[in-house]
Amino acid sequence: MRWGVVTFPGSNDDRDTLWAIEQVLCEPAVRLWHKDTDLQGVDVVVLPGGFSYGDYLRCGAMARFSPVMEKVVEFAAAGGLVWGICNGFQVLCEAGLLPGALVRNRDRRFVCAPAYVRVEETDTPFTHLCRRGEVLRIPIKHGEGCYVLDPATLERLERNRQVILRYVDANGRVTPEANPNGSMGNIAGIVNEQRNVFGLMPHPEHAVEKWMGSDDGLKLFQSVVASFRNVRSADQTAVAPGH
Amino acid sequence: MNLEQLLRPVDEYHAIEHGLTPEEFQRLCRELGRAPNLVELGVVSVMWSEHCSYKSSRVHLRKLPSTGPRVLQGPGENAGVIDIGDGLAVAFKIESHNHPSYVEPYQGAATGVGGILRDVFTMGARPVANLDSLRFGSFDHPRTRYLVEGVVAGIGGYGNCVGVPTVGGDTYFDAGYNANILVNAFTIGILPANRIFRARAAGPGNPVMYVGSKTGRDGIHGASLLASAEFRGEAEAKRPTVQVGDPFTEKLLLEACLELMEQDAIVAIQDMGAAGLTSSSVEMAARGNTGIWLDLDRVPTRARDMTPYEILLSESQERMLLVARAGCEEQVRQVFAKWDLDAVVVGQVTDDGMLRAQFGGREVVCLPVALLTERAPVYDRPVRVPADLDDRQRLHLADLPYPSDWNDTLLRLLDSPNLASKAWIYRQYDWLVQGNTVVGPGSDAAVLRVKGTDKGLALSVDCNSRYCLQDPYVGAVIAVAEAARNVVCAGAEPIGVTDCLNFGNPEKPEVMWQFVEAIHGIRDACVALRVPVVSGNVSFYNETEGHPIPPTPTIAMVGLIEPVRMYTTQWFKAEGDAIVLLGQTREELGASEYLAVIHQKVAGVPPWIDLAVERKVQEVCRRAIREGLVSSAHDVSEGGLAVALAECCISHPEAPLGAVVELPASMRVDALLFGESQSRILLSLKRRHLGRLRDLAQQAGIPCAVLGEVRGRRLVVSPWIDIECATLRQVWENALPRRMESPAVNGGKNAQ
Repeated sequence: MRWGVVTFPGSNDDRDTLWAIEQVLCEPAVRLWHKDTDLQGVDVVVLPGGFSYGDYLRCGAMARFSPVMEKVVEFAAAGGLVWGICNGFQVLCEAGLLPGALVRNRDRRFVCAPAYVRVEETDTPFTHLCRRGEVLRIPIKHGEGCYVLDPATLERLERNRQVILRYVDANGRVTPEANPNGSMGNIAGIVNEQRNVFGLMPHPEHAVEKWMGSDDGLKLFQSVVASFRNVRSADQTAVAPGH
Repeated sequence: MNLEQLLRPVDEYHAIEHGLTPEEFQRLCRELGRAPNLVELGVVSVMWSEHCSYKSSRVHLRKLPSTGPRVLQGPGENAGVIDIGDGLAVAFKIESHNHPSYVEPYQGAATGVGGILRDVFTMGARPVANLDSLRFGSFDHPRTRYLVEGVVAGIGGYGNCVGVPTVGGDTYFDAGYNANILVNAFTIGILPANRIFRARAAGPGNPVMYVGSKTGRDGIHGASLLASAEFRGEAEAKRPTVQVGDPFTEKLLLEACLELMEQDAIVAIQDMGAAGLTSSSVEMAARGNTGIWLDLDRVPTRARDMTPYEILLSESQERMLLVARAGCEEQVRQVFAKWDLDAVVVGQVTDDGMLRAQFGGREVVCLPVALLTERAPVYDRPVRVPADLDDRQRLHLADLPYPSDWNDTLLRLLDSPNLASKAWIYRQYDWLVQGNTVVGPGSDAAVLRVKGTDKGLALSVDCNSRYCLQDPYVGAVIAVAEAARNVVCAGAEPIGVTDCLNFGNPEKPEVMWQFVEAIHGIRDACVALRVPVVSGNVSFYNETEGHPIPPTPTIAMVGLIEPVRMYTTQWFKAEGDAIVLLGQTREELGASEYLAVIHQKVAGVPPWIDLAVERKVQEVCRRAIREGLVSSAHDVSEGGLAVALAECCISHPEAPLGAVVELPASMRVDALLFGESQSRILLSLKRRHLGRLRDLAQQAGIPCAVLGEVRGRRLVVSPWIDIECATLRQVWENALPRRMESPAVNGGKNAQ
């Protein structure tokens, strides 16, 4: 499968995401520029972390108007896999591909630290190789990661099992102390209703090499690869009888 | 002021207003054969300022060792460059941004980071890490919390947005910095060893190009008035001299410059830092033995009706000046256009050795480059040993009572802001971006991998200014030794130093004495440990209303680990590991944290240090790590053995591990537990490796004593200390948050 990683002016973790995909996962990837209007036939688009356009207005508020985002919205509508990490999650919310918004952390300060997140759902292309309830150690680094939304939408999100990751303590318990930014319901990551668009605040691309601390983030990348292969082989099985 | 007025000859009053002495002004007129006009006076005043000319320090800086087989670029460029093998090199430098950070903490600290980043990518290096060395006043002072909050947010706000990880640093609190904090920022970058960009304007006729942000009225006279003079209690009034940072533009500028450097279009390049367009053009011409002609009408401005004086002296951020190869102008413009940045030809390299600038069709500056640089005033200022030194160095241990409880003493030390966990600070820095951080903040040294190689870099920054206050020579020796020891504890070989020399007013002989002593200390330590000083910065006039800061010669050390996977951290790893002390403990408590916190005393002399012994201790530690014998290694420093043991127990990023230790009662208990004897390293290792470690230590003639073992969840130092690790950790972790989070956090905002 072919990965595409978007670089907005101000993206920082684009190189790190490419490193995870190309050097650790050993999968092919292309760099997409914010002015591109062609996604070059990629199978999954990653919107990386950073400070797109400096994030001087609202995080992600400018990036959603870039030419490449128009194509990403079409791609998502057609069922393509779109994955937003940190600033990418903020861009997806601003673009309306995911519900809710990410606002200033509860204590008003940027936070960079290892975090524990619990995998709530595994029937997504992004978490498919994880166990339900599995606790992953993946770092966070953001100033505006407090996930908020109106009560009705939150209720719908929970009912549809769109909450994919929650901040927990090392033992997997959802506690106020384990919530690093004040997010409602300790929410760290969600998908859209169709489950093909995924946004999360933690940085899985910074947890892909065990000797450097943790490789728990790699499972999310591997899930995408595995689910893509499954879909492909399922498609082939489905069409095979007709031939 | 109109152009006519600007071009009139000035008199001595103007010159004194600009910070020149009457003698300097007379000399200027004599050399020029005329009085300068106001624009020229502005140029001369910044170039002759302490900040740009190093006039008080130059004769002494020459004494520092700056050569070695790995040195590719020593002092005199934007950053020093060291060869790390396999065709790669590292460029690094540390720089101060002290006064701006006191006046406007967020922007002052942020633009300090921005400036040092530009110094490094100017050399053709991609910045891979920042460190920050911070000194604040005591928490009793009303402005301290406001300054801490603002400086930390500013460093994070800039570094995080640019995408360069802040992987470490050091922070101390001392009343001596109450009204003059220190913000020293360090950046290291990686570049191909055979492709170093320098700032030497060569090739008369080559175009001089201006790239980056537009020029505004911000920061005019930052270098001369803010950085080169004492404060006189008017911090708020000086706000306009502080620049405003834009990390997003910096990120674009960085990417554009590095992209252009891949092409063969640049002859020379320099950041427009202190003294902006003036110093960048003058310094490039001086290094290239050429002249520069500038057409100031072509400089992109963001304010209306800027005068040539303002354009030349503005310190607007995120700007660079480059000399392109003639004919490559369009190529340069295209690369910068891709990143939505300006690139404009503003002048030309000439062969007449002059700085000439024209504006509105008139020549407004015509000054010899040499007069602004190598013929700038140089002073060998008088020195005097402070009259009270003997008194201050006196300490009778026999008169010092024991505290009533050793457990409580240890807890009080861990609660001291100087020894406490700095997580409250470094949690606000992105120390992960770029994906190279092997060891982040919170161990003796940070460790980065170098992608595409087997190498790692270890980074540390250090200076105990209380030692320097009591004896600046020994204090500086210890700063170098400890910075080296820190990178050695990570498993690295020290390969290079950059120093940031923060002192008071050099016109005071006592301050000058501190400076010269510190230089001699750095020199002797670097020679003994065989590390060159390849770049640095001097910051004088760190005083407020006549009180100099404690002398603070901050040392940043770069080490090389090969292979990087052999790195070590400071915390205990496994139950049953033996705990070993390398080096000797002496009965000494002078200038210690124990004396300051428990006895409210700053007295005595700093710990004894023998550089030959230091070198051997480091050598044994490094060999033991390389041979894979060591589970953890931690430098014993402020707070002594008891605090070092506690840190080994509680600094583990996940669960703490306890230790059971027995110390022979060979001296005063407080000196044994909390004395800060130098050249000591605490190791933990598997028992089966003890024999080999003992052999290494014996060959080197270094004491090596088994103190106990890693065990349980308590720290037991029998017969004096026995505390739960959880308690130690709670006190140590809460010391900063509880001081920062108390209600009046912004109460000092308007306090002076």
